Order: sequence, then structure tokens, then C-alpha cells
Amino acid sequence: MNQHHEVRLNVNGTEHTVSVPPRKLLVDCLREDLRLTGTHVGCEQGVCGACTIIMDGQNVRSCLMFAVQADGASIETIESLASGPEDLHPVQQAFVDCHGLQCGFCTPGMVLAAKSFLEQNPSPTDDEIREAIAGNICRCTGYTFIVDAIRTAAERMAGEEAGQHV
Amino acid sequence: MTVVTGTGTREVGRSRTRLDAREKLRGEAMFTGDMEVPGMLYGRVLRSQHPHAEIVSINTSAAERMPGVAAVLVGRDLLDIDPYYGHAIKDRPIIAIERVRFSGEPVAAVAAEDEATAEAALAAIEVVYEELPLVDTIDKALDPAAPLLHEGPIRPGLFHGLGNLGERDGNIGYRYRLDSGDVAGESAGAAFVTEGEYLFPAVYQYAMETHSVIADWKPNEIAIWASCQHPFLVQAEIADLFGLPIGAVRIQVPYLGGGFGSKSYTKMEPLTVALSRKARAPVKIVNRVDESMVTSRRHGMRCWMRTTADADGTLLTRESRFWLDTGAYMDNGPRVTATAADSAPGPYRWRAVHIDAMCVYCNTAPSGSYRAFGATHLQWVAESQLDELARKAGIDPLEMRRRNLLRPGEPVRPDGSGKPLDADLIGDVERAAAAVGWDEPKGPLVGRGVSVGLLAAGAHPVSRASVRMRADGSVEVSVGTTEMGQGPRTVMAQIAAEELGCSSDRVRVLGADTRFTPYDRSTGASRSTTLAGKAVQNAAAAVAAKLRETACEVWDVASELIELRDGKAAYGDLEMEFSEVIAKRFGFTGGEIIEGGEVRPMGGDTGSYAEGPVFWEVCVAAVEVEVDPELGKVNVTRTATVADVGRAINPLLVERQDEGAFMQGYGNAMFEEMVYRDGELINDNLLEYRVPRIQDLPRQMTSIVVENEDGPGPHGAKGCGEGALAAVPAAIVNALGDAGVPITQLPLTPERVWRRLQDLSEPQSTEELT
Ligand code: FES
Ligand code: FES
Repeated sequence: MNQHHEVRLNVNGTEHTVSVPPRKLLVDCLREDLRLTGTHVGCEQGVCGACTIIMDGQNVRSCLMFAVQADGASIETIESLASGPEDLHPVQQAFVDCHGLQCGFCTPGMVLAAKSFLEQNPSPTDDEIREAIAGNICRCTGYTFIVDAIRTAAERMAGEEAGQHV
Repeated sequence: MTVVTGTGTREVGRSRTRLDAREKLRGEAMFTGDMEVPGMLYGRVLRSQHPHAEIVSINTSAAERMPGVAAVLVGRDLLDIDPYYGHAIKDRPIIAIERVRFSGEPVAAVAAEDEATAEAALAAIEVVYEELPLVDTIDKALDPAAPLLHEGPIRPGLFHGLGNLGERDGNIGYRYRLDSGDVAGESAGAAFVTEGEYLFPAVYQYAMETHSVIADWKPNEIAIWASCQHPFLVQAEIADLFGLPIGAVRIQVPYLGGGFGSKSYTKMEPLTVALSRKARAPVKIVNRVDESMVTSRRHGMRCWMRTTADADGTLLTRESRFWLDTGAYMDNGPRVTATAADSAPGPYRWRAVHIDAMCVYCNTAPSGSYRAFGATHLQWVAESQLDELARKAGIDPLEMRRRNLLRPGEPVRPDGSGKPLDADLIGDVERAAAAVGWDEPKGPLVGRGVSVGLLAAGAHPVSRASVRMRADGSVEVSVGTTEMGQGPRTVMAQIAAEELGCSSDRVRVLGADTRFTPYDRSTGASRSTTLAGKAVQNAAAAVAAKLRETACEVWDVASELIELRDGKAAYGDLEMEFSEVIAKRFGFTGGEIIEGGEVRPMGGDTGSYAEGPVFWEVCVAAVEVEVDPELGKVNVTRTATVADVGRAINPLLVERQDEGAFMQGYGNAMFEEMVYRDGELINDNLLEYRVPRIQDLPRQMTSIVVENEDGPGPHGAKGCGEGALAAVPAAIVNALGDAGVPITQLPLTPERVWRRLQDLSEPQSTEELT
């Protein structure tokens, strides 16, 4: 019913052109047009963080943006994190090992928030970790194991870095 | 992951990583909202803004003419079926018929080629209402002059299990009484008496994933994909509503993004099926948060309670009358009411008890199950009266509990019926108290509190499961338990692997598909590990027996001498891979072993679950708080919760569950509250309905896992994951009372606490003023 717009997006390293109505949310475009359903829709108000993606290097809530506003952007979603079909990114592996998830609905957002945070702050304190995920809500856990997972990921990634220098 | 070999349990008792973790972390796990089926339309629901009104007319013609709209459903489309459902009481129409009883009730639904079109069509529907008198609170509903929200005889639902439903009594839809002993006589000489009125607000489960359904109606079969906790109960209700045999309703349950009771029993499924029937195409409905908030919630409550004790602190009598606001329709109100009544006496020895529990219809959105229902309502009231008596008698609250708590084997229900106590409560509460420094000195406005309660758990002990070993020795467990975060897929794999003598790595646990999956009553009441787990254990044991049978034929030895370990059958030095055993059994490559297991109340090979409840879930916590007198803010500084699980099949999963329940208990106590104005929910979004965030975490949280192997489940296990939610608000209220700020209304908002502090610091006590 509305006139559609062509939007160019680089998502997880692949160029896409999608045709969307002007008021289509970025999260719906990712989920419906590109079938990347790992990005979840929770509150649709920017409060819960379930829809977190990384856009041009920044954490973004994809429920707060129209797809047309993302024209030309480079986007990473949870589906891009692991390098291969069998792999896990160190942050993902740490969530597995520390039981840092339950229902998994908040999890992609948490993992992406953690990943970009650790890129900026590779050896954080627990307080800094708490601060980093303060905008992501999880209703299942008591958060402590998410903090454990992020700390563990930081330690392992630091270990790998050190290993590479030897 | 640790690889374990040797004897003793090899899988049970180990914190295996979650079998669903990789999928969920890689964004591959499918939730209902992620799914599409060919030819699918999108449904949106027009909801009433009026809490109580007659529907004078609905005009859908403009909406129907809009391009892209396939169907518009209203009440009159359901004239050919009996459109009322409700597992306890059949009081709810699939969509409003002639009258709306709550703000948010579905009045019309549109199926269209996309959501935006469906949404636009809703705006084109004209509904004319005539408002009716508003019955939006318990008090108004109880007024003899109040209009009746439901009339005519009470129609029992398919799963009411409530005995005789009795006569309708005004707006009281269900009433449950516990009566034992002579309260007046026994309390006449009491040395200490406490009495009060208490208020608990409606709260929302807030599963992160909203209710989501895809339904595909065909004349002879209905296919449904749904975020539902109890697929088999929904299957039966849909079959009943649409006139099909049970087997012609197929429900598949993908992962759930949390449930906590909000997705128990039937929710959005009937409406989605009816819309699909009208549209003659599959339809998907995904609620927004505000819509899910009027789909299920926890009952608000008003409660009066009186407790007495003699001079040495021995408890004498307890009386309570309370009213739960069930909203416009019963949903699980009766069960919540009965469970709350069961929790009202608490696990203590009484001379006499009188409990009168009433479930009341109001013009508010329906209330149903929310984790630890009933117990969460009553435990904080009951336990705060215990502390008050202890204060009056000058007895330490922990000592007060030692004197009065039931011991294992003593009857829990005051009339002596049902399962006796199956846990060491004194041990549990002592451990919790020690973890928050019970005997340490404390400063002004610092308080510590404990709380102890029991939750009737397990619901009905009816579960089946099957275990299938394929020709290559890989294993599938088929069990109806819904994976909504609590980890049953991992736990079931461990239970099966233990029986089979192999690693849980080779076990897959499948989600429910009612066409193939054996019946399981429900996923709730902390029952899955205990009951579905027992069915899995029995099925796996039957597969193991077949493996032994074949191995003993091959080696010609008695089957007791054959051991199953590391994925092999072994006898002394002889070993055969499971795949070889299966090949030998069938004499050819191929074949499989598939066996079932069951749990039912009586008989069979499963032991007896005849006495309800299946087990008593322990609800024990201790808390330390600090009150900021300037701001009225309560800081919870140290907490301990007890997961008394009999045997932890997967200890880390137990801790995660316990911690999650703690967090929700904390939210329920401290700030969660659904705010209504004239029957309308006004904080129906995550900005205004606050749930706990990481900043809210207490600095020190201890989760104590107690394993006394005293549960009726596999390896002595019993369920967990709800107890802390009931125990934590009670412990916080008691800690606050200990700090000198007794409170009788939740949540403990700074304003409420600050006002209470002002009242308490008035030179004269309020009693003297009034
Ligand atoms: S869905 Fe975007 S922040 Fe909640
Ligand atoms: S794991 Fe369920 S919301 Fe976080």
C-alpha cells in the first residue's frame, strides 16, 4: 500500500538490496526479508536489547530504526559471529561453558553486546562487564552466569592474543 | 566437557553443558515467531478498550474490502460450534460474543497478507459499545449489588480436577476451604496474637518471547505451532472446540523464549485456529508485549490473616480469608486458589486451622499461572505473621521456626491428608540463615529475615516417553516436556544416557510434536525432571534390557552379568558396540530398539504417585537488607536460597534455575506491579513495567543445593526452580520487619517504605491516634 524503497545493506559480509515500505523496522527487514531470525524482537521499545545488532561497528537496537535509515550500512548479526558451521566465537563458547543462557531469547543480543564491548575493553573488571550489559534484559537468569561467561571469554581471548605473540 | 568413565553415576550429577546451547548461541534456534509456513497469512487482533460493555454492533465490511485482507473474524462466525473453553471452567469465548469483560479482550481479528495490512484493517472495523457498570476490583466484585460477570450453571472444563464445583456465588467463581480443629477454642488462651490485612498486586510473568501461534485449519486436521507449555492439554481443548478427535490436532512446540506459567494451558491458540478456519489458510499471530500482558498474569490478592501462639512460642491457630482477582475468565484461577490455600498454614504444626480462599471475577485481564503461584501469594503474609509473633514473644525467628517446623514424615495438610513432609526444612533454613550471617552483629536499619514454605508440586503424575536406539547406536528421547529455558532436553539426555551406559553426547532430545511424541501432562509445577524424567528413565531402562537380552544370547551368559558402559555391552573382557548388538539382534544391518516408559498415579513399574502432591517443593530463603531512611530505598545486601532437589541431575542447571527464581522473587517483592486505572492496564510496556536488571543484583547471592535423595523422581530427584520465587519476597519482608519497618503491602517501593518510616517515627503510634 505504501510506496516501497530500495535499501542496500551489507549484512554479515554479503550485499543485499531489499525493497521495503518506509515504516518497516530494521529488525523486521532482517528477520522477514533476509530470514535472519537470530535477531529477536522483544519489547519493540529499545528497552530490552533482544534486537541488538552491530551496525558500522556500533551496538544498535534494530527495533528503534527503520530499514530505510540503514541504507548503505554494514551490519553484523548473531549469525555471522562464528567463522564456520561447526564453530563458535570465543564469546559464544564461553556462554556454552558457563551456562550463560537459559531460554536463549535474550542471548543473541547479550552475545553481540559482549562481543563489541570486549573489542573495546579486552580486560574488563566485573563492574565494567555489568555496566556493558546493563541495557540488556534477561528474564530467565540472575545475570551472574552471563557475567561469568563474558569474563571467561575475555580471559580466553587475552590468552590467545598472548599465545600469538610468543 | 569432562569425559567420565568408571562406576557410580556417569551422567547423573554432572553439570553437562546445555544440549541446546550451540543452536541458541548461533541464532539458529527456532522460536514460533521465527517460523513461516507456505501460504501463511498474518493475523492481528482488535481488542476492546472498554473493560465492561455490551457490543451493540460490529461493522467489518470496510475492513473486508481492503486489498490484501483475507478474513475478518467476529463472534458471530462461531455460531456453528460451542465456542467456550477453559481447562478448569468453560467460561471464555474464543472471541467476544455480545459482551466484553476486560480491556484488551479480542473483539475482532483480521488475517491479511502482511502485518501492516492486517493492522490497517483493524482501524477500519467499527464497533459500537454500550458501557456496563465497572467491576474492576475485588471489593466491587464482592458487593452484593454488583453485576454478575458470569451467569448460569458453572461448566466444568476438560481438566478441572476440582471435585464438585458447587453453585455460583455472586462473582466468586471458585472457593476452597481448609478446616481442621476448633480455632475459637484453641486460640482462646493464646499468649500472643497477630492479625492483619495484606495486599499483593497483580504482576506479569514477562517471558521475553510473547505468545506466538501459527495455526492451519483443515476440515480433517488442525496443525498448530505454538509457544505453549502444555501441548497435550491444548490439543485436547482445540479438538473439543472444533469437533475433531484428539489425534487430528497436531501441535508442534519449537523453543520457548521463557514461559514461567504465562504459556501454560490454552492461550492464543483457539483464536488463531478460528481465524485460520475463516480465512481457509494458515495464520500467524504474534502478540505485542501489551497484548501478552492482557493474556496472562499473576492474580492480585487481598488477604486477612490471624495467627496465635502460646507463651513459649508454640503455634496454636491460624485463620485466613483471602480473595484472588482472577480477571474476566477463570483460566487457572481455581488451581492457584487451592495452592494458595495449601500454602497458607505453612509447614508448621497447628492445633487448628481455618482457611477460606476465594477466586473472584473482575473486569480485568485474566490471571493464570505464574511460577510458584499460590505460594508466592501467601508465604510472605504467613511468614511475616510468624516473625511478628516471634518478636512479641522475644524469640529469635530462627528459633521460632525450629520449635514449630514440621519434621520429615509429619503430615503437611492440617487434616492429615496427602503426602507427608519429604524434606528437612530445619536443616534448609539453618543453612540459608548462616549464609547471610544470621548471628553477626548488625547496625541500625539493617535487618535479616528467613522464610520457609512449601509448594504443592508435580501437578498430575501422568507422563509418557519413548527412547529409541537406532542401528548406529545413536539415541533419541521423545518426551512432551517443553524446553523454555529450564534445561529439560539436557537433563533428559543425561537420565537416558545413565540408564543406557553411554555419553549424553549421543542422545538427542526432541521437542514435542503431538503427532509422534508420547503424552506428557504439562510442563509446569516443577514436574518435568521428576515425572517426565522418570518416564524417560523407565523407557531407557527398557531399551537397556533389550540390549542385555541380545548380548546374553550372543555370549550365552546371564543378563545380570552384562554391563552397559561407554556405549558398549560388556562381559568381562568381551565387548560389543551398541550398533553391533542391534545388528546381532536383527541378524542384519538395520533395525532399532524403541521402548516406552510411563508414570501414572498408581501401579505399574513406576512406584506410587497416588498420594498428592507428587512432592512438596521447598521454598526457603534468607535475606539481609539495609534501609536508606532518607529515600526509603531497601538495599538487599545478602541473599541465600535453597534448592532442595533430592538429587541434582545437573547441578549447574539447578543453580541457574534457583538463581532465576530468586531474581523474579526479587522483582515481585521490590517493584513489579501492574497498575490499573478504571479497569485499564496503564503500564503495559517494558518501560513502565520494570523487571530486574543487572544493576539490581545483590552483591552476594548464594544458592544452596541440598541433595538428600528424598525425591520421587529418577535417582531420588525432585523438582526445583519455583521455591525461591515464593521464599524471597517473604524473606525480604521479614528482613525489613527485623530492621524495624514491618510492611503489609507489596511491592516495597521507596515511597511505600519511606511513608511507613514516617508513620513509625511519629511521636505517637497510629493506634493511639485512631
Ligand atoms: S526489542 Fe529492541 S530493545 Fe527490545
Ligand atoms: S535466557 Fe531467557 S531471557 Fe535470557
